[in-house]
Amino acid sequence: MAWFKRSPWILHYNATSCNGCDIEVIVSLTPLYDVERFGIINTGNPKHADILAVTGSVNEKSRQVLINLYEQMPEPKVIMAVGLCAVSGCVFQDCYNVMGGVDKVLPVDVYVPGCAARPESIIDGMLKACEILEEKYANRNKREKGEEHE
Amino acid sequence: MMNALIFLILFPLFISLLALFLPRGMPGRKVIGTVANAVLCAVPIYLLFATLDQGPSYFRLESGFITTAMLVLEVLIAAYLIYLSVRAKRYLPVVLVVVQLVTMLGFEFVHGHSIQVEYSLFMDKFSIIMALIVGIIGSAICLYGFGYMPEYHHHYPEVKDRRNFFAFLMYLFLSAMFGIIFSNNIMWLFFFWEVTTLCSFLLIGYRDDNASRDSAFRALNMNLIGGVVFAFGIVYLFLSSGTMELDKLLLQDKGTVLLPAVCFAFAGLAKSAQFPFSSWLTGAMVAPTPVSALLHSSTMVKAGVYLILRVSPVMENTVAAQMLTLIGGVSFLVTAMIAISQSNAKKVLAYSTISNLGLIVACAGVNTDAAVWSALLLIIFHAVAKSLLFLCVGIIEYKLDSRDIEDMDFLIMRLPKLTAVMMVGMAGMFLAPFGMIISKFVTLKAFINANPFMAIILAYGSAATIFFWTKWMGKIISIRHGEHEVVEHRVSNWEWTTLGILAFATIAVCLAFPFISFHVIDPYLMELFNKAPIVDTFNILVIFVIMLGLLIILPLGLFFFAFVNRNYKRVGTYLGGANISDITFEGAMDAAQPIQIKSYYLEKFFGEERLFYVGVFVSLTLIFIMFGVAAI
Amino acid sequence: MNTIQEMFQSWGMVERAVAFILLAPLAGGLIAGIDRRVSARFQGRYGPPVLQPFYDVFKLMQKQRILVNKFQNFNILLFLLFTVFSGALFFMGVDLLLTIFSLALAGTFFVLAGFCVGSPFSHLGAEREIIQQVAYEPMVILLAVGMYQVTGSFKVAEIAQFQAPLILYLPGVFAGFLYILTIKFRKSPFDLSMSHHAHQEIVRGMTTEFSGPALAVIEIAHWYENVMLLGMVYLFFGFNPWLGLGVALLTYLFEIFIDMNYARFKWQLTFGSSWLFTAVAGVSNIIVLGLMR
Repeated sequence: MAWFKRSPWILHYNATSCNGCDIEVIVSLTPLYDVERFGIINTGNPKHADILAVTGSVNEKSRQVLINLYEQMPEPKVIMAVGLCAVSGCVFQDCYNVMGGVDKVLPVDVYVPGCAARPESIIDGMLKACEILEEKYANRNKREKGEEHE
Repeated sequence: MMNALIFLILFPLFISLLALFLPRGMPGRKVIGTVANAVLCAVPIYLLFATLDQGPSYFRLESGFITTAMLVLEVLIAAYLIYLSVRAKRYLPVVLVVVQLVTMLGFEFVHGHSIQVEYSLFMDKFSIIMALIVGIIGSAICLYGFGYMPEYHHHYPEVKDRRNFFAFLMYLFLSAMFGIIFSNNIMWLFFFWEVTTLCSFLLIGYRDDNASRDSAFRALNMNLIGGVVFAFGIVYLFLSSGTMELDKLLLQDKGTVLLPAVCFAFAGLAKSAQFPFSSWLTGAMVAPTPVSALLHSSTMVKAGVYLILRVSPVMENTVAAQMLTLIGGVSFLVTAMIAISQSNAKKVLAYSTISNLGLIVACAGVNTDAAVWSALLLIIFHAVAKSLLFLCVGIIEYKLDSRDIEDMDFLIMRLPKLTAVMMVGMAGMFLAPFGMIISKFVTLKAFINANPFMAIILAYGSAATIFFWTKWMGKIISIRHGEHEVVEHRVSNWEWTTLGILAFATIAVCLAFPFISFHVIDPYLMELFNKAPIVDTFNILVIFVIMLGLLIILPLGLFFFAFVNRNYKRVGTYLGGANISDITFEGAMDAAQPIQIKSYYLEKFFGEERLFYVGVFVSLTLIFIMFGVAAI
Repeated sequence: MNTIQEMFQSWGMVERAVAFILLAPLAGGLIAGIDRRVSARFQGRYGPPVLQPFYDVFKLMQKQRILVNKFQNFNILLFLLFTVFSGALFFMGVDLLLTIFSLALAGTFFVLAGFCVGSPFSHLGAEREIIQQVAYEPMVILLAVGMYQVTGSFKVAEIAQFQAPLILYLPGVFAGFLYILTIKFRKSPFDLSMSHHAHQEIVRGMTTEFSGPALAVIEIAHWYENVMLLGMVYLFFGFNPWLGLGVALLTYLFEIFIDMNYARFKWQLTFGSSWLFTAVAGVSNIIVLGLMR
């Protein structure tokens, strides 16, 4: 039995967001939406987190930070691109300094659209991410067992 | 048996003379030293086992000639001190020496013929404990000196090389210590007492620069003040009760000998660097490390508490004893707090020494069986662990070119074995289940019954103690993978041997403490109080379970995590995602910033200048009260 | 309840220790779950399921092990070991002082773990943890001192069976203990070294570099510690088991209430106020008791 569905912890990183999506991510923690109902906690520390929620498009400066954070998260881990900028770069995608969406640097698992993304859809994305977490954990176990058999 | 005592006093003297006169590069010098040290360790151990189930023994000795010889030596020492002081243009010591000399000489001429001393030497369990400490730890420190002093002179080419003189003083010091702990004749005790003052003065001033000269004279002044009061005490004691023997002192009417006892206790306070005399010990850190180790662990300061513990039964249930307890308590609490604010490793150690001695003095003041029990254990545990720590810091100082704790980051990467040894010493100083905590445990119980106020001081003081040790421990064991050079191979074998002996001793005394308690301390307490504290056997069992558990788990665990455990992925430390490498992060303007980690020192709460004068003021008041009530 | 107590007293030491080792994490986890639920309600939220702490721990156990250095988790294991050990000692009914010293040893290992990883955030957390230790240590020792003054024994078993209400003799000590209990429970305003909430002021303090199973171990050790601390609260009301249990739970609710109502203090205020409060409430109580005898 895997427990990721019951307690997914989130790390929120603002790549170059305008703060619109950030506010929505934080709002989902507040009494009105209360994602802690699902055991979701905002940890602020990659080493404790299961889900990396990225807002905003990626640029040269935030690229390395994003990779560092991802590297420091323990498996299984899921990346969630929150908002249109994180999904595709949105209107900034042709800017000279913008690389585009998060998937230009890291393997994104969940895309949450919206400008800004609505809390409802963010929560929806988080729950989606939980399922992917479970899946990844199961795959990892299978892989390890397979290696043992070989 | 008496021969063994005389041997212990004269043998180090003989070695010291050898050290002074044998030419330096002579082959075999160090061999002689090593053999001498082995003998110095062996004789007290022999004494321990030879007298295991015996009470105290007293020895007659034809004292006429010896007393005259001592008197001559005393005059010579005084002359030498006056010469040195005048040369350094310092006149306070001259005055003190003259006052002391006139007192003693006058006393000798007027009453010298009428002094009847039955037993000049004696030995009981307490003396044996002290002899073991002086013999084993003292000689281990001398052994360390063999490796340390060449490096010292290599490091400080400007210091005049007086190594022979240094070795002479070290062994002379040991000889005087043995004299102090075996003398029953108070005149003799006083003579040896003054020899230790002289030795410490010369050793602290070994570097002979301005700072060390200042410290040396400060130590001299304070100890001479103690010495003068000691001399007054002797005169008063003889005039009021006609006795000159330590054991007879306790049999006298308490009222008549209270004032001399207070005088002796005062001298003890000066020697053991309690407030208001604490500054000489913190100043003494300018001396080479073996000197600090010797002063702090096995000799000087221990002589002070030794004398206090000897005379404290006289003060039982008096206001003077309560004042003594409070002086000890204040020293314990205030210096433990000051130690928090210090970053100089030797100074932290010095303050921790004063703090622990304060606890011993407080125990002496309380003077119940449980209190004295824990005082004796404190003396033992403190001597072993503190000498170990000093010697470690001495090595670190040269390998890192700094004695600042802030420079000891990642010490475990640079000097791994030394760090392990240091951890043993620190654990011995404050962590359950090691030495000190056992005695603190009993001390607390003794205090609650005698004086709840002291229990409160102990509660606060223990908390402060935890602070500075844990902080330091954390500093040296933090690990960072990066470019740290291992500098350990440059430590000499002499030093390793000593560290090995002391680290082993730190653990051994913890494991052997039921034996020490049962065979050595309890008999002593039976003589003194006709009862010994009953320590709950279950508690001892639990302490042993923890201790053995740690001794088993630590190596196994370290082995497991070092070699067996492979199921992990190594990542860098969290630096807000801005990592460049393990030790740098990307700061403003694309600059690679190194990580720097510093400790808290809480200057605002525990600054030295803030608390030092509080301690001095309070303790001075207490001392005045102590003398006042004794005089009435 | 009385039958439960009688049963407990009829047990030998080993049985009690085993009972503590097995039951304390269940109780501690449940308390933590209720804590999170109640805290959420205070904030007008719905809150996670009561079993949420268990879910968290199980999940952490399944995470990958990532380390900064090889030895960092050793200290954490020692922390757990000695916390459990001191808790077991407490419920075995042996010497209270021994329990306290053993708990301090456990705490020291935890601090050393924080230092050991050489990370700025952990380091800062560890420094603050020591300050917290120094802040609460005098009061914990005074608790033992006060109980000894009244009952004449350091044995937990004898203190618990003391017939007169201890609280009447030790109101000041109890108040002081309540104050530092906030530190021990890691509640606001004193949650300087590591916080349960997403304050994120210094990331996660001491635990910054500990993830997965190591974090789970820290959490479990915290549960054990909480149960033991509530046991200490119980001692004040040992004359009436029902009352004791009730007050212990009320105390926890009170701490939650404080937690919800305060922002985090600076360490200066934490440290200064703890020592001051200990001096005012605890020390005066001890001295009065000393004079009464």
